[in-house]
Amino acid sequence: MRSYYKEKRSFSFSNLCLFFVLLFLFLPLIVVIVYSFNSGRAMVWQGFSLNWYRELFTSSVGLWKALWNSIIIAITSSITATILGTAASIGIKWYRFKGRTYITVATYLPMILPDVIIGISMLIFFSSVNLPLGMFTIYASHTTFNLPFTFLLVSSRLDEFDYSTIEAARDLGAREYDTMVRVVIPSIFPGILSAFLMALTMSIEDFVITFFVSGPGSTTLPLYVYSSIRYGVSPVINALSLILILLSMAIAFTFRRFLKSFAASA
Amino acid sequence: MEYKGEGAKGVAVEIRNITKSFGDFRALDDVSISIEKDEFFSLLGPSGCGKTTLLRIIAGFETPESGDITFDGNSILHLPPEKRECNMVFQNYALFPHLSARENIAFPLKLRKMNKDEIRRKVDHYIHLVELDGHEDKRPAQLSGGQRQRVAIARALVCEPSVLLLDEPLSALDAKLRQNLLVELDEIHDKVGITFIYVTHDQSEALSISDHIAVFNEGKVLQTGSPYEIYESPSTRFVASFIGDTNIFPCIVENSVYDNNLEEWLITVQIDELGSTVTVTDYDDIEIGRRLYFTIRPEKIRIVGGERKLGENSFSGFVDEPVYSGYQSKFFVKLDNCTFIKVLKGHTTYLDDGPEIEWKDRVSVSWRAVDGYLVKEEWSEKR
Repeated sequence: MRSYYKEKRSFSFSNLCLFFVLLFLFLPLIVVIVYSFNSGRAMVWQGFSLNWYRELFTSSVGLWKALWNSIIIAITSSITATILGTAASIGIKWYRFKGRTYITVATYLPMILPDVIIGISMLIFFSSVNLPLGMFTIYASHTTFNLPFTFLLVSSRLDEFDYSTIEAARDLGAREYDTMVRVVIPSIFPGILSAFLMALTMSIEDFVITFFVSGPGSTTLPLYVYSSIRYGVSPVINALSLILILLSMAIAFTFRRFLKSFAASA
Repeated sequence: MEYKGEGAKGVAVEIRNITKSFGDFRALDDVSISIEKDEFFSLLGPSGCGKTTLLRIIAGFETPESGDITFDGNSILHLPPEKRECNMVFQNYALFPHLSARENIAFPLKLRKMNKDEIRRKVDHYIHLVELDGHEDKRPAQLSGGQRQRVAIARALVCEPSVLLLDEPLSALDAKLRQNLLVELDEIHDKVGITFIYVTHDQSEALSISDHIAVFNEGKVLQTGSPYEIYESPSTRFVASFIGDTNIFPCIVENSVYDNNLEEWLITVQIDELGSTVTVTDYDDIEIGRRLYFTIRPEKIRIVGGERKLGENSFSGFVDEPVYSGYQSKFFVKLDNCTFIKVLKGHTTYLDDGPEIEWKDRVSVSWRAVDGYLVKEEWSEKR
């Protein structure tokens, strides 16, 4: 066989593009990681140290509390959004009823609206129903803004789904419930999983909406970081960043491997 | 096994006056068919003729507007698909992508809460029946088209239905594989001994495998009969031209006399397109002046080089388009009055074959009166 790939080794424009894209993506992360090992507080290299890691693990109670809040909200809201989004997309795809298209369009609204608008309207809504701001309100708003994304991701998976397998299942004796649990959910599971992961990351990184609907004692990580910036950026945040980067990479690779094995067998 | 003669086993599936519309489109128009027990019955027709709709009505995925369907005398229309004693093999197989071949086949048994050993035994039996040994742990994506087809058949058979519905199961496969699977399907039918209802648009498939065929067009059943009846005595112009290849001309009956030797009626018809009369035999006396269709199959026409009078029904012309396909040649012969006629010549041994007929050769064609056929469908002047 003629080696086609060998020519790619040499310098080419596409490789140059790749280099700059990667640089653009990862340079900020590299800077953060490097400075997390800086011994000084300023953005000047003053020598290697693990001071900030020590501080992160010993005397940053507020930060850990905020991270914990973020994780709880991310997990609960993405589970809720994934379940609702999956149910909604299955319902809209397979059952004929009036106003299906309106519901579909309305579902995408939170995706199009600016975060500030959603945040303000959430705040107005919660105060009008006298709901005290706190973990629950954050959970509810995160579920809301995650819903369009989970709906969209599961819907696109459903588009590839072969409807005749449902008929086959019924033909073979499955009732509606069996069909759903044994056929539909397992075959769109990769879509559901990626919807969940998407919701998880969006929930963890959200600042604007959370800012409006958070209350005392419900500070999430982005809010904590933002408030600490007012006293100057503490390199503790840099240290935390490295840990989060490693953690999310581990999660991403694990799921990727899982999805790949599913795709290979599906 | 004791042979009880045709029809002795009785009717398995009775389809009575089924009508179904999708909006303004009438998919099935007063369709009635009876299907005998354990036979291989084909629903044949071009795409969009309603044959798949009928199959889906039998399976329970569509509801007809009127009519009834009975299995062994009991109406099934009120039953949901999962309660009907029939299973379907889908056109695109509809295998569950997340399950292996074995799990796919075991699916209906697991739903029935059968015990594990029993499931294992049955699944093994059907895997062996469809010759899938060695592939049972692969997922559908890892199987070839033919193997997926086998999984789909085994999955439908494992519930031991009284009727198996097959919706163009071979249409997604290549020609060679289709031929092999058709033979295997026939073998499976012999082994399991249940009623097969087979939907296809491929007339050669239907002819080669079926006990009986119902020919559909535009939502109506045009003819029901054995492959031989359908091919040799088509009831309408559509059936004649859809099943196999044929030459068909409108004609007017001019004379009808009883032939004592043939024990058939010898009928003379005027064919304007041929500019001549043609003789044809029929079991019945046909009224003079009726406007019917005369048909002659290309393989029943004799073709020889040169200009020769070959007895009754003889014409001469030029070869306009020879199509050679190895074991046979098809000639489009342009007769002297500019009408085209299709002729099929089988190639046998070198000595029997005669001199080669080539493009633009002058040829004579002829056929015997007993080989022609009168289609009893009337035509009017303004066609």
